[in-house]
Amino acid sequence: MKTVSAPYQFKGGIHPDYHKELAWKSAIERMPNPSELTVPMSQHLGAPAKVCVSPGDAVKKGSLIGEQNGFISASVHAPVSGTVKAVVQSCSATGRSCQAVVIESMDDGETEYFEPIVEWLHTHKERLRNRIGEAGIAGMGGAGFPTRVKLSPPHDKPIDTVILNGAECEPYLTSDYRVMLEHADKICIGAEIIQHILGAKTVRIAIEDNKPDAVRAMEKACAQERQGIEIDILPTGYPQGSEKQQIYNITGREVPRGGLPMDVGCVVENVGTSLAIYEAVVHGQPLIERVITVTGEAVERPANLLVPFGTSYRKLVEHCGGVRESVAKVISGGPMMGFAVGSLEIPTGKTTSGLVLLPSGCIQQFSSQACIGCGRCVDACPMGLVPSELSQFIEADDIEGAERIALMDCIECGSCAFVCPAHRPLVQHMRRGKTGVMARRAAADAQTRK
Amino acid sequence: MKPENTSERFIVSSSPHIHEGSSVERIMLDVLIALTPALAAACYFFGFDALRLTAVCTATSIATEWLCRVMMRRNRSIGDLSAAVTGVLLALNLPPSLPTWMAVLGSIFAIGICKQIFGGLGYNVFNPALAARAFLLISFTGMMTSWSDSDWSATLTLNEGVIDIATGATPLGAIKDAVKAGREIPGFTLAGVARLFIGDTNGCLGETSVFALLIGAAYLLYRRVITWHIPAAYTATVVIFATVLYCVNPQTSVMPHIHLLSGGLVLGAFFMATDMVTSPVTKRGMLIFGVGCGVVTMVIRTVKTGAYPEGVSFAILFMNALTPLINRGCRNRVFGAKS
Ligand code: SF4
Ligand code: SF4
Repeated sequence: MKTVSAPYQFKGGIHPDYHKELAWKSAIERMPNPSELTVPMSQHLGAPAKVCVSPGDAVKKGSLIGEQNGFISASVHAPVSGTVKAVVQSCSATGRSCQAVVIESMDDGETEYFEPIVEWLHTHKERLRNRIGEAGIAGMGGAGFPTRVKLSPPHDKPIDTVILNGAECEPYLTSDYRVMLEHADKICIGAEIIQHILGAKTVRIAIEDNKPDAVRAMEKACAQERQGIEIDILPTGYPQGSEKQQIYNITGREVPRGGLPMDVGCVVENVGTSLAIYEAVVHGQPLIERVITVTGEAVERPANLLVPFGTSYRKLVEHCGGVRESVAKVISGGPMMGFAVGSLEIPTGKTTSGLVLLPSGCIQQFSSQACIGCGRCVDACPMGLVPSELSQFIEADDIEGAERIALMDCIECGSCAFVCPAHRPLVQHMRRGKTGVMARRAAADAQTRK
Repeated sequence: MKPENTSERFIVSSSPHIHEGSSVERIMLDVLIALTPALAAACYFFGFDALRLTAVCTATSIATEWLCRVMMRRNRSIGDLSAAVTGVLLALNLPPSLPTWMAVLGSIFAIGICKQIFGGLGYNVFNPALAARAFLLISFTGMMTSWSDSDWSATLTLNEGVIDIATGATPLGAIKDAVKAGREIPGFTLAGVARLFIGDTNGCLGETSVFALLIGAAYLLYRRVITWHIPAAYTATVVIFATVLYCVNPQTSVMPHIHLLSGGLVLGAFFMATDMVTSPVTKRGMLIFGVGCGVVTMVIRTVKTGAYPEGVSFAILFMNALTPLINRGCRNRVFGAKS
């Protein structure tokens, strides 16, 4: 085990105010089970799970309630024991409408977990992969890509490096930080399980230098005879947690345009995902809860809560003492890439890393102006794009023009919009353009198939 | 407070949900702040005329901006301060003795023709203040090239012959005259160079005091309103060009530092060429832009048959026209692209 400074640094990026001090010091607390949970079937990227319970069924904590539906999908389990009250149409944390199972919870302590795999090092890789799949694990950093798929690269893409993403570069959020501080040992074992499955030579744990105690905790946990684990300290900045940028910082390899991390021999997993893998393998616990940071200047008592999925945002806020001033914006996730939600009646899910409540004093409402060509967005873009030009193309409905100048390489990190003095809705434009490109590609696909 | 208070409607908008707090107004305010030393120097050296022209240009620019927006039924934009910046910059690019009505005309041209017809701030191709200056220079060449009579030529030296400098010439004008007439190029004493630096010479209101301009430039760099790329590329090109010329032919050229300190180079390089709207967005583009400005400036300044002793404004305008092209040719390498 050694600790090094990440040897490379991507171009671009920004330095927002972090506001992490709000929730930084609050140890993870377990949120009491709410009396009723609405568990969405879509908490991951890909097809929603298929409901496999009916109203009236009794479920235990960990019982399967939604089956994985296709290759890119993830199963869903009951976060509490109780009775299925209804199957309803609800909305997921990402605002997508999907089916959800309403469970009336009963605190009887009954569980239905998988059989623990304690000797994982001597277990067949396929079995471990299956476990991760059946436990419903999806990337917990935000995108929610099913982890089983990520851990099954084709044979011609050997993986030599596993990167554990503990950068947590989003302002306000502290859930990964607390998880590293309090569960470093488990994260390390989770990382070794991933390493074992992929046959990777090294594990690199990426942490920003504004979290020295997380670095120390991980160092301590990894100190004992762990092979090939290295901690890479990243300079604080946004988007250090972005997959491509992180791979570059640590290995100097650039994921080719349109490619995936496995194209350069890397797999990046969030530290929270690593913890979930540990729980699923060593304790047989499916993914039914996660740590969520409830924070923001408008929250009475910012906290890091261990929350069963399906708990509504309102319950989280209530648990944190309510709000102290009127809330202007509620963000699911971090303020750079999270979604603003219109109501608190939204259930938490696997990708809910935080809930940020901002009073009107902390958000700026701007009207957008014409681009003044300052070039700040160009300097800020970590993907080397020219956001000003892209946005002008898209505004003029020249989607092809935008595509020609690499629209599809945009990672929607928001760095450009963060710095734009003309307050242009650059990310909104990028999304609109990308949707346009996708629609056109789909139409072209349909044409060729005919 | 009770959580019920959270049942209001929240703002739903696209990410990112935070912003660094910069704004166009703040940038323009910074430019105005950065121009105050030059304005003060102008008042010191040129007295009332400096105030007169600055007030007239600024007021006319703002009024024109307001009127155009009203007539075009567009949202008001004088609040973004860009019209004020254009006004001050235009004034600083005028000779002190220019009649007031010409300044008014120039300001109307700058805002009305060069900016608002194109659609307002952000859409203009040319720097409005420079375009207006060029317009005035072509329309009223006499008034635009008659300078007040500073006694700066007393600091010149000649090896032989008599100093024959028309009263009311700028240093660059005097040099050009000498070159054209095939006379010996005058040398500058240390005192002469010092006067060029502090601005005690003939020239446009805001261009003479390099010292004052550099204070403002330092502020702009510190505030990150401008970056070093354009000014550095521009001035370095001028210096290299002048050095080569001087080495090749010392009889008909002046030393590089004279080129650097005289005329509108410093004003142009730090305040005009760096205009965001009309200069490239990428760093590589900015460097090319700066080099281009430098080359064109020196060609105009040193070509014997050229009509104008000074080329800064035409050089920048020329490069303004090339900016869209430079932007297209100088995009950054996309992350992950095969180099
Ligand atoms: S959102 Fe897209 S265009 Fe803007 S900085 Fe990020 S990657 Fe670049
Ligand atoms: S930051 Fe905004 S104003 Fe500046 S170039 Fe980019 S889009 Fe234009």
